[in-house]
Amino acid sequence: MANSNKERRVISVIVMNESSVLSRVTSMFAARGYNIESLTVAPIPESDMSHMTIETRGSAKVMEQITKQLHKLIPVYKVIEHEEMVEKEMVLAKFPIGENLSSIAALAAAYNGGIVNVGKEMVVVQVADEPKRVKHFIEAAQRYNPCEIVRGGVVAIER
Amino acid sequence: MQMSGAQMVCEAIIAEGVKTVFGYPGGAIMHVYDEIYKQDGFEHILTRHEQAAVHAADGYARATGEVGVAMVTSGPGFTNAVTGLATAYMDSIPLVVISGQVPLALIGTDGFQEIDAVGISRPCTKHNFLVRSLEELPRILKEAFYLARSGRPGPILVDIPKDITVEIGEFKYPDSVSIPSYKPTYKGNNRQIEKAAEAIKKAKKPLLYIGGGVVLSNAYKLVRELAEKTQIPAVETLMARGVMGADNPLLLGMLGMHGNYASNMAMSETDLIISLGARFDDRVTGKLSEFAKYADIIHVDIDPANISKLVDVDYPIVGDVSVVLQKMLPLLDDVNTDRYQAWREILKRYDELHPQSYVDSDEVIKPQWAIERLGELVGEDAIITSDVGQHQMWAAQHYPFDRPRQWINSGGLGTMGFGFPAAIGAKKAYPEKTVINITGDGSILMNMQELVTAAEYKIPVINVILNNHFLGMVRQWQTFFYEKRYSETDLTFQPNWKALAEACGGIGYDVTTKEEFDAALKDAIAQDKVCFMNVAVNRFENVLPMVPAGGALFNMMLPPKVEQEEEK
Repeated sequence: MANSNKERRVISVIVMNESSVLSRVTSMFAARGYNIESLTVAPIPESDMSHMTIETRGSAKVMEQITKQLHKLIPVYKVIEHEEMVEKEMVLAKFPIGENLSSIAALAAAYNGGIVNVGKEMVVVQVADEPKRVKHFIEAAQRYNPCEIVRGGVVAIER
Repeated sequence: MQMSGAQMVCEAIIAEGVKTVFGYPGGAIMHVYDEIYKQDGFEHILTRHEQAAVHAADGYARATGEVGVAMVTSGPGFTNAVTGLATAYMDSIPLVVISGQVPLALIGTDGFQEIDAVGISRPCTKHNFLVRSLEELPRILKEAFYLARSGRPGPILVDIPKDITVEIGEFKYPDSVSIPSYKPTYKGNNRQIEKAAEAIKKAKKPLLYIGGGVVLSNAYKLVRELAEKTQIPAVETLMARGVMGADNPLLLGMLGMHGNYASNMAMSETDLIISLGARFDDRVTGKLSEFAKYADIIHVDIDPANISKLVDVDYPIVGDVSVVLQKMLPLLDDVNTDRYQAWREILKRYDELHPQSYVDSDEVIKPQWAIERLGELVGEDAIITSDVGQHQMWAAQHYPFDRPRQWINSGGLGTMGFGFPAAIGAKKAYPEKTVINITGDGSILMNMQELVTAAEYKIPVINVILNNHFLGMVRQWQTFFYEKRYSETDLTFQPNWKALAEACGGIGYDVTTKEEFDAALKDAIAQDKVCFMNVAVNRFENVLPMVPAGGALFNMMLPPKVEQEEEK
C-alpha cells in the first residue's frame, strides 16, 4: 500500500450492542493489517446499539476496504466515514500540587477545560478539545511536569 | 413445546430439512448426542476425526448447494474443526457447525476441554455465536442457517454450553429472521447493469471471467446463455470448473498460475473483463500491475468488499449473479456477435499454438493420462473431489467437467486432506453417483482414518492416489526455484496402500500400467466399497503451464510441444 497518502480518517461505526462485537471489529482491523489510532465505544442512549468512533489512517483505497469489511460484520449496522465533522477528545492530566496552579488553570481554560480535582499532592485537570489542539495542550503541559496524562480517544459527530 | 436445549438442536436440524449430520461426540456435546440417539429425523455419520466431519459436511454442501451440518465437542473437538471451518470460509460454503462448550459457570476458568471457540473461529467463520441462555437458542439456530446460506454464503459456528443443552424450556422455531444489521444485496443496480451491457456492446475483446460465485448462485445456465447469446469467450477459475461445460466451444479453459496459454493470454489482452462471481485471487491474477492492463472491468459480486479490493473496477455491480444476469440478458438482445469474431480467432490461434497438453508415455503412467482416462471412463456421471497439490491442478486442467458441483476442491485455503472426507459427504448426498477423490500420496494420509468411516457406513468412495513418491507440488517448486534441493518432500517411504485399505475394511489396488488402471477402476465401481487405487505415476512430472508466483500472467513456463499426430 502506498505510504504517501495515508490520510488520517475518523469513522463512526454503529453496531448492535451485543457481546464480543468490539472484538469482532478490532480483530478485523488486526487481521487485515489496518491501524487503529484511537477507539471509543459506548451504548447509544435508548437503543440496543452502540456507537464506536475509530480514528485510523490509510489511503482512499484502504479506507474503502475498511468500510466494506466493517459492513460485512454481521452486527455492524452502519458505517459513517466522517467528512464534515465536529470532533472532540477529552484528556485528564495530573500535576504536582507544587506547580504553578494558576498557570495550569489558565492553560486548561485555553483548551476548554479547567482544574477538576485538587488533592493533597496532586491536581487533576480536564480538557476537551479538537484532537489537534489536544496535542498542543499536551506539549504545553510538559513544562508543569505532569505525572500522568490520559487521553480519551476521539469522538465525532457529522455536522 | 417444552423440551431440552439438546432437543431443540435436533428439532432445528430437522426443521431445516437436513438429512445427514457429520460429527464426533464428546463430553460437552453429550446431551445433544443423547437426543440424536432418540430421534430419526436425520442420520448421523461418525467420522474418525472432527476435521473430517466438517470437510464431509462441506462436501455435502458443495455437492447439493444445501447447508452442511457438523457437530463436535468442546476444546480439542472444536480446534480440530477449525481447519474445516477455514476451508469452508475461504470458498464461501454454507455450513452450520455446532460445538459443545463447558457449562456457562465454567467459562473463563480454564475448565477441562475449555477453549474460546468464538474467539478462535472469528476470522474463519462468516459469523459465530456463543449461546448464553436457553431462550435465545431457537433464534440463534434459525439465524445460523439463514446466515450460512444467504448473501455470500459461509460457515457459521454455534457454540453451546453444556448446561444449556440440559435445561428445559419452550421451543418454537422462528419462521423468519430479522437482523437489522444484515441485509445482503441481491438485485444489482439497474443503471450499472445497463452501463455494463453498453460496455459489452462497445468492446472489441471482451472476456467472461467466471468464478465460484456462479456455482454458489446456481447461475450456470444463465452464464452459458450469456456466452451463447454474445459469443464472448470465457475463462473459468479453479472454483468454476464445470460452469461452461468442457465441450463448450467458447470455453478457453482455466486461467491463473496453472491456467492454459489461451486463457492467460486472453486475460492479458482483453479490453473488457466481465467478472462473474470471481474475486481476482492472487493465483489468478499473477503480478497485479501487469494484470489485464488494457481492460475495463465489470465486476459482479454479492460481496461489496470483493469489488475494488485488488483491482480497480469500472462497472461495479453488487448483487447475486443470477439476478444480475436475468436483468442483463435482455439488454444484450441487439449485441453484434460478429464484433468479437477477430478476437475469437486470435484466441483460437493461441490455443492451437500452445494447447493444454502433455507428453504421454508407454513405460509409465502419466498423471495427466490418468485424469483424462477417468474422464473417458466415468465422465459426467462422476463427482470428482480432490486434495491439494499437483493432482488437484491436473484434475482441474484435464478432467472434462460438464456441470457445476461436479468438481469439489479446496481452492481458497488449499487444505490437504480435504478430498476424502468431502467425497464421503458428496457420496452421502448422491449415493447413485460414482464419487472419486483424486489425491496424492501426501494428501491422502492427512485424513486416511476416514477409510474406517467409509467402510463402516458403506460409503464407497474411490480414492485415486496419483503416487509420485513426492509432495509433488512443493517438489516442483524446489526443482524450479530452489536448485533441486528436495527438502523434506521425498516420500519414498510409503505405507502398503493395498494392505492399509484392507486393514480398514476397504479394498486396495496397486496400479502400474494403463491396463491395470482400467481394470482397477472397473472393479472398484463394481465392488461398491471404499478403496485406495494406488497409481504409480511419473515421479518428476510437472504441472504446466506455470506462472511463477508474483510473475505476470502472460509469462508462462509452457509444456513441451507434442508431436502433431499425438494431438489428433
